[in-house]
Amino acid sequence: MSIDTMELDTAEKIAAMPIDEIDVSRPSLFQQDTIGLFFDRLRKEEPVHYCRESHVGPFWSITKFDDIMAVDTNHKVFSSEAKLGGIAIQDMHSVEGALELEMFIAMDPPKHDQQRKAVTPAVAPSNLLLLEPTIRERACQILDDLPIGEEFDWVDKVSIELTTMTLATLFDFPWEERRKLTRWSDVTTAAPETGIVASYEARREELIECAMYFKGLWDQRVNEPPRNDLISMMAHAPATKDMPFLEFLGNLLLLIVGGNDTTRNSISGGVLALNQNPDEYRKLNDDPSLITSMVPEIIRWQTPLTHMRRTALQEWEIGGKQIKKGDKVVMWYLSGNRDDTVIDQADRFIIDRKNPRHHLSFGYGIHRCMGNRLAELQLRIIWEEIHKRFAKVEVTGQPERLYSTLVRGITKLPVRLHAR
Amino acid sequence: MVKVTFVSSDGTRREVEIAEGETAREAALFNGVPGIDGDCGGACACATCHVHVDPTWIDKVGRLKEGEAEAELLQFAEGASEYSRLACQIPMEAAMEGLVLHVPAQQY
Repeated sequence: MSIDTMELDTAEKIAAMPIDEIDVSRPSLFQQDTIGLFFDRLRKEEPVHYCRESHVGPFWSITKFDDIMAVDTNHKVFSSEAKLGGIAIQDMHSVEGALELEMFIAMDPPKHDQQRKAVTPAVAPSNLLLLEPTIRERACQILDDLPIGEEFDWVDKVSIELTTMTLATLFDFPWEERRKLTRWSDVTTAAPETGIVASYEARREELIECAMYFKGLWDQRVNEPPRNDLISMMAHAPATKDMPFLEFLGNLLLLIVGGNDTTRNSISGGVLALNQNPDEYRKLNDDPSLITSMVPEIIRWQTPLTHMRRTALQEWEIGGKQIKKGDKVVMWYLSGNRDDTVIDQADRFIIDRKNPRHHLSFGYGIHRCMGNRLAELQLRIIWEEIHKRFAKVEVTGQPERLYSTLVRGITKLPVRLHAR
Repeated sequence: MVKVTFVSSDGTRREVEIAEGETAREAALFNGVPGIDGDCGGACACATCHVHVDPTWIDKVGRLKEGEAEAELLQFAEGASEYSRLACQIPMEAAMEGLVLHVPAQQY
């Protein structure tokens, strides 16, 4: 059942709506990609907005860049704790039969800090340098196998494949079975109503299967000399080698989930943005060194996670509004990334922008995306290799978007490749 | 103006000048010193302007204080040490004339 109607929201209708009736939690607004019109209005008229009724209950929307920054860096007032609802607009529920995974993204200090510190070295820049040649070699294979001049779905053949390939490389995961990683990522975040799993029991079983698989890899690598893959690193590092198994699994899955949808949709979103902005595509073809600044601009433009949520631990004032203890506070990164009081010409995709990394897509403060440099590395490699091979990745039809309030996803993107 | 020297991980020294009242982050960015990213804009929110204060300067600049935002962020940074600070949190005052800061190989 759909949560809301699928009718198209026109700009006039949105402008005429009473402001306190605006509800930006409706997934169809994201699927139809009309959500930006709602955020434009909120930023202008009511940048800290209270929605009394919605399918996820009452919530505050924080829509301006600086207010989002203030909430994101104030973890003493704004909690990420799973038991209070966690980090997304939809509460994390304790469901019977579900496997409760411990992930530090939904924890507050001090536990958050200990766990994050234990796994951070896996994606630290110096380790990424060691992995770069393998990631590049595998990206080249995928791109070399693509058909020229023939229409195909970029999401399935490239975005998913490249992201999965990188994950498999990071974990040194058995190559032929790499789509298991994609599946486990989907299962980790799935509730039965998504259709991905039949029930919470089925989800639990699949995650236990995942746990056993990783235990096998761990047991094998703990007895071998240390290598550069994440499992070997975690099996040998003093901070992680004695981690309780469910904690190890939770953190492993967090790395898989964190690197899956996000990068996938930035790969697709970049192709779409360049096609919608042909002058920028021309700039890129004339000067591929612009890939360095284009990559963070793609991540801003796409904003693959639309928001993060916090729960207020005490009363607090933001933008003249009184937040009460226990209130749900949603930081709309997608809106803050279009705030033209902070970002010059924020509604334009500009690949040679100054300060391109000054965006909200990774969040800020102690929960800032741990894989942010890995995300940039992947996108840089991919665009360098695309540029060498193809004069244009031409979008040949309408993209299809994901029905989700959290993941700003592109599910289908028909393209045709032009050889260089 | 205040003079600051940034030392790269390969040993290259760059002496730059910055107006009083700015921070060491601006001293690097305004003068094109490589290796300081400063993604968040100087808000003590991203830890991508990580520097190691030269040991001869650390007492004057001051060390990280446990429990404060700067220390909370830097605990996750690659290669953080007892001399680690965020450049955006080092105000450039006359007393900082001649300050020496070491830039890590990578920002994270």
